[in-house]
Amino acid sequence: MGSRASTLLREEEIEEIKKETGFSHSQITRLYSRFTSLDKGENGTLSREDFQRIPELAINPLGDRIINAFFPEGEDQVNFRGFMRTLAHFRPIEDNEKNKDPTASEPLNSRTNKLLFAFQLYDLDRDDKISRDELLQLLFIPCHWLCSALCHLGCFYSEPNRRNQDGTYLNLSNKLLN
Amino acid sequence: MPAFSCAFPGCRRDLLVIVLVVFVGIGLHIEASAPAYQSHGTEGSHLTNITNTKKAFPVLAVNYEHVRKPFEIALWILLALLMKLGFHLIPRLSAVVPESCLLIVVGLLVGGLIKVIGEEPPVLDSQLFFLCLLPPIILDAGYFLPIRPFTENVGTILVFAVIGTLWNAFFMGGLLYALCQIESVGLSGVDLLACLLFGSIVSAVDPVAVLAVFEEIHINELVHILVFGESLLNDAVTVVLYNLFEEFSKVGTVTVLDVFLGVVCFFVVSLGGVLVGAIYGFLAAFTSRFTSHTRVIEPLFVFLYSYMAYLSSEMFHLSGIMALIACGVVMRPYVEANISHKSYTTIKYFLKMWSSVSETLIFIFLGVSTVAGPHAWNWTFVITTVILCLVSRVLGVIGLTFIINKFRIVKLTKKDQFIVAYGGLRGAIAFSLGYLLSNSHQMRNLFLTAIITVIFFTVFVQGMTIRPLVELLAVKKKKESKPSINEEIHTEFLDHLLTGVEGVCGHYGHYHWKEKLNRFNKTYVKRWLIAGENFKEPELIAFYRKMELKQAIMMVESGQLPSVLPSTISMQNIQPRAIPRVSKKREEEIRRILRANLQNNKQKMRSRSYSRHTLFDADEEDNVSEVRLRKTKIEMERRMSHYLTVPANRESPRPGVRRVRFESDNQVFSADSFPTVHFEQPSPPSTPDAVSLEEEVPKRPRLKADIEGPRGNASDNRQGELDYQRLARCLSDPGPNKDKEDDDPFMSC
Repeated sequence: MGSRASTLLREEEIEEIKKETGFSHSQITRLYSRFTSLDKGENGTLSREDFQRIPELAINPLGDRIINAFFPEGEDQVNFRGFMRTLAHFRPIEDNEKNKDPTASEPLNSRTNKLLFAFQLYDLDRDDKISRDELLQLLFIPCHWLCSALCHLGCFYSEPNRRNQDGTYLNLSNKLLN
Repeated sequence: MPAFSCAFPGCRRDLLVIVLVVFVGIGLHIEASAPAYQSHGTEGSHLTNITNTKKAFPVLAVNYEHVRKPFEIALWILLALLMKLGFHLIPRLSAVVPESCLLIVVGLLVGGLIKVIGEEPPVLDSQLFFLCLLPPIILDAGYFLPIRPFTENVGTILVFAVIGTLWNAFFMGGLLYALCQIESVGLSGVDLLACLLFGSIVSAVDPVAVLAVFEEIHINELVHILVFGESLLNDAVTVVLYNLFEEFSKVGTVTVLDVFLGVVCFFVVSLGGVLVGAIYGFLAAFTSRFTSHTRVIEPLFVFLYSYMAYLSSEMFHLSGIMALIACGVVMRPYVEANISHKSYTTIKYFLKMWSSVSETLIFIFLGVSTVAGPHAWNWTFVITTVILCLVSRVLGVIGLTFIINKFRIVKLTKKDQFIVAYGGLRGAIAFSLGYLLSNSHQMRNLFLTAIITVIFFTVFVQGMTIRPLVELLAVKKKKESKPSINEEIHTEFLDHLLTGVEGVCGHYGHYHWKEKLNRFNKTYVKRWLIAGENFKEPELIAFYRKMELKQAIMMVESGQLPSVLPSTISMQNIQPRAIPRVSKKREEEIRRILRANLQNNKQKMRSRSYSRHTLFDADEEDNVSEVRLRKTKIEMERRMSHYLTVPANRESPRPGVRRVRFESDNQVFSADSFPTVHFEQPSPPSTPDAVSLEEEVPKRPRLKADIEGPRGNASDNRQGELDYQRLARCLSDPGPNKDKEDDDPFMSC
């Protein structure tokens, strides 16, 4: 967080990001310095390679999915705004009823938006549906005992194709996030 | 329970109560007349020596003195347990009044009876309490401590334990000193240090009482772990404060250096206790690595190492409770990976049994000691103490929560705060600490009386009313059902996700350290502490199962996907990293090895006969009956249709090995159903009369082809059942003897 960071990020940009995502000033500057440290090419955007260089993501079984979540459809570079937009999903939920502005869109860290974000992580081929195969993929995240338990159940061979999981998934996730 | 008591006719219940009373009477009478026997015995022998006449050989003689001590101890314990039994036979009583209250009342009655008889009722000896009665309860709590909620809230718990207790102690001590200064109370002789000492004794939340009461109200996990964790961790603070003030009150003056040393002492006591516990925990884990040949004594290692940890830390005046907790927590994952299934059950039940007995005895002795102990009653002092206890607790909780909520993501609501404040019960630890005060304290009796009053108030009033209050305030209750497998999957998913995002942010948060710890654990620690085969086996087993899963998936897709399924799906960016790529040949080799091991074990289990050194009953495991198989199959079918709601049995720390079991079954899914994958679309019985397991693999491709024909539905179930039975029968048959004689502990009893 030195002078370099503050010169490259203008005040009005910080204000815009603050309004859009809800992060505080210090959080934005701190994340900006992180952004620049990840940006090896120094062109103001991050590519997939930049993300893959992060050691924690390299060993994370969900690393690829997380990286994909940062890049909107079809693009290969993400700028700081997009970076913050994705990260904003992870802020704590604020249930402040008094600021309810019916015309404003929901904040990025609302419950529904979080669920939508998580849904996109499950939906690997981005067809807005979670297929049975995509669910099966979850089994291959290393969690041994689950794998074995499901082997015993032998359940997946009998399930009919579960297309369009949106509704049920959101219900389950609501249960989880509560 | 209600069903049982309804079936019990009223007269039989009364009979039982009468029996209990008679028993109590006999017990007391024997104790009372014990001294009489003693004198009689010595007299008799004296006479014999002098006169030296030949007496008739005594066919029947009574020598009570010989067995007196163990007899009395056994009688007390039996009495306590009978009382406990009696309470649960009276249904409405146990629903309204918590058990701890009833036991104290029984203690009061017994103490009163003893006094009436004219004997000196036994007081709760501090030595007995701290060395014998308290450790089992704490070990039970520590060993089964739910790690995840504990570590997630450890910051909050520490703040409550340390700062909360300090606040309580100083607030109460200070205000009581101010009270004593008032002339009308008549206690002007009490100095500040004595008051502070008293404050420190009475301010600590007691784990025994909290356990006893909270166990019955089934409150939600967060509040439970907060109060419970606080009661465990404040021991360090209590020990330090108690020793500090006792030293100071002997000397009389306090310097700044002393205060500084006190702070240092606190860190030494708490961290030292944890360190001692961790060392013993690792020792126990290491020892359990080699116990594969002597399964019977495995539980003893767990108990003895923990007890040694407790005693060692008590020896150095470190916090024994924290040592016990640390020992239990550290030792558990490794020990459970090493010991046999039966040892695990033994440990569980022994711990529960001992802690239950201890708790019962503690409460009864509290009651008896109340009757026995010397009392000095001072209305103002005692009432003020009780009120101050409540007030300081409430203020402390509110104040601390206000600060803590700034740092918490999940805030503590007002209801949570209320329960945390109201659940701060005092118990036997306070009493024992007070009892330990040397007699030179002129206020000792007064303090004891006040302590007892506080304990009674908290246990009776707060203990009895907390349950209706919880109902009234509609506080969230504990989630009764275990999380379903689906929830487990998603929780794990979210864990990984959050770790990843923390990595992106460069933030070293909770998940990061947890991940680091897990990795460190896996690469270094597990190697040393888990018996060799067990360390590697789970990976192999998991790998085996993944292969089975893959094959089964292939089956269902009915041969259209010749290669492994996941890679064929059009997800270019996603590599299923989890599946290790090995050659087909290696896969086959691994399969063979695994199956051979399983067969070996099955054979061993068969051949072992009963001996004193094994617990294994060969006949029982042998009985792979048709009925059981069919039941298993029907169960699995039923579960398949509700797979999303099947509770995952999280108790089993080790994957896939002997403890993968489902809620209703107690059977060990070890050799029997282990490698089978059940197909809902059963194929016509094309299975050969295969005797060996190895033909299971080549069987599959053939079944695959057959699926094209009759598509599975209910009508084919009969065939499928036969097929399944044949498969299972193949599996249970030992098959040809392999040379591999590895002692495979993971499949042993």
